[in-house]
Amino acid sequence: MGSIIRSAANNVGASGVFSSSAFNNASLNSVTSLPTAVDGKMKLILSTTASGNTTRSFTSGIDSTYRTYVFKFINIHPASDDVQFQFQGSTQGASSSDSDYANTITSNSFKAFHYENGSSPTLEYDTGRDLANSTSFQPLTDGVSNDNDHSTSGELWLFNPSSTTYVKNFISTLHLVHASDRSNPQYTAGYFNTTSAINAIRFKFASGNIDSGTIALYGIA
Amino acid sequence: MGARIRSLANNFSSTGKLLAGGMNNASLSGITALPSGASPGKMRLLSTQTASSSSSISFTSGIDSTYDIYKFEFINMHPATDGANFQFQCSTDGGSNYNTTVTSTYFQAFHFENDSATGLEYAAAKDLAQSTSFQNLFTGQGNDNDHTGTGELFLFDPSSTTFVKHFLSNNNSSDASDITINQIPAGYFNTTSAVNAVQFKFSSGNIDAGTIKLYGISTS
Repeated sequence: MGSIIRSAANNVGASGVFSSSAFNNASLNSVTSLPTAVDGKMKLILSTTASGNTTRSFTSGIDSTYRTYVFKFINIHPASDDVQFQFQGSTQGASSSDSDYANTITSNSFKAFHYENGSSPTLEYDTGRDLANSTSFQPLTDGVSNDNDHSTSGELWLFNPSSTTYVKNFISTLHLVHASDRSNPQYTAGYFNTTSAINAIRFKFASGNIDSGTIALYGIA
Repeated sequence: MGARIRSLANNFSSTGKLLAGGMNNASLSGITALPSGASPGKMRLLSTQTASSSSSISFTSGIDSTYDIYKFEFINMHPATDGANFQFQCSTDGGSNYNTTVTSTYFQAFHFENDSATGLEYAAAKDLAQSTSFQNLFTGQGNDNDHTGTGELFLFDPSSTTFVKHFLSNNNSSDASDITINQIPAGYFNTTSAVNAVQFKFSSGNIDAGTIKLYGISTS
């Protein structure tokens, strides 16, 4: 033991403070949580990358762990031209079938647009993208272009989906390059009109596959 | 050695636990990786720049393929010149040139301090159509001592060599005419070259004061 004490002493400064060499690795791989002062509060739950998929669904990780969830969309590219990117929720979690993504939604949507040729700068309510107590998929965008370099990116916030008391509010902002070559930010908000817990979310285009793109789900601690 | 052992003992509690004072610093600066079980947050502060009568602020490093989303926060941007527009542009050559083609939209809500007018409107003079000019983020910023503009800008996948580069922004300014204006630009840099530097400036005069923070948001 004497040799161990001597070795340990070599890792201690004159004031009795351990030096960094006293620790057996640089990753502290037995640590399971970080102190509040240094830990970020946006935790990645799951990330999925589309490759010619009809839908992308998140059927786990949406529960009472977090009060707020945010989906980030990075360069979602449709196989078909001029198609809306949409979502719906399910209360059936990992057991969700296609027909379970049909919760009642009331929503609003507005957009701005401006064509590359400088024409038609517009801000307007988008009656084609809202829902009124409907079980349809909720559009998050107008018609996205499928040109090779065109896509949509943005985010969707979902609040307290596990509540069995309240409806489930959502707010989204996405920017898309429209099939008509225009800048088109789309602002959508609404609520799932249910007091059942929403525990799965599905994304798809109105027609055709999700050719490519990444969707990441975060919990806000 | 005995002295060190005695000093060491002073850094342990009566139950034998190492006290915080026994570590050589509070930041554990020797750590180079975190364990998977610790699940750190995914929005990381990359850099902070504070203006002090600066003609512009440029971020010429840290914008690459490391993160899928980059977020800038503008905190109390104060112009030297009254009524100046706070703007940005992107570079594909590391900051040698800020002249990437932009198509954008711009709308705003406003309300005068004297309650004389309110509105929600598209602001056609502030958008761009296939232009290499600087994109407005908030305009008409007052330079009264207590007036500033504040907001945020998201830039998506700037390192992509396949897609255009989407951006979304939301800012509130205290206008030179004593108006609060929530200004909301969005658009895309119409290039498939990687964007790797971003510059901010006022349309005239210096950035008298203000802080810009750059964060990276990881999807993995």
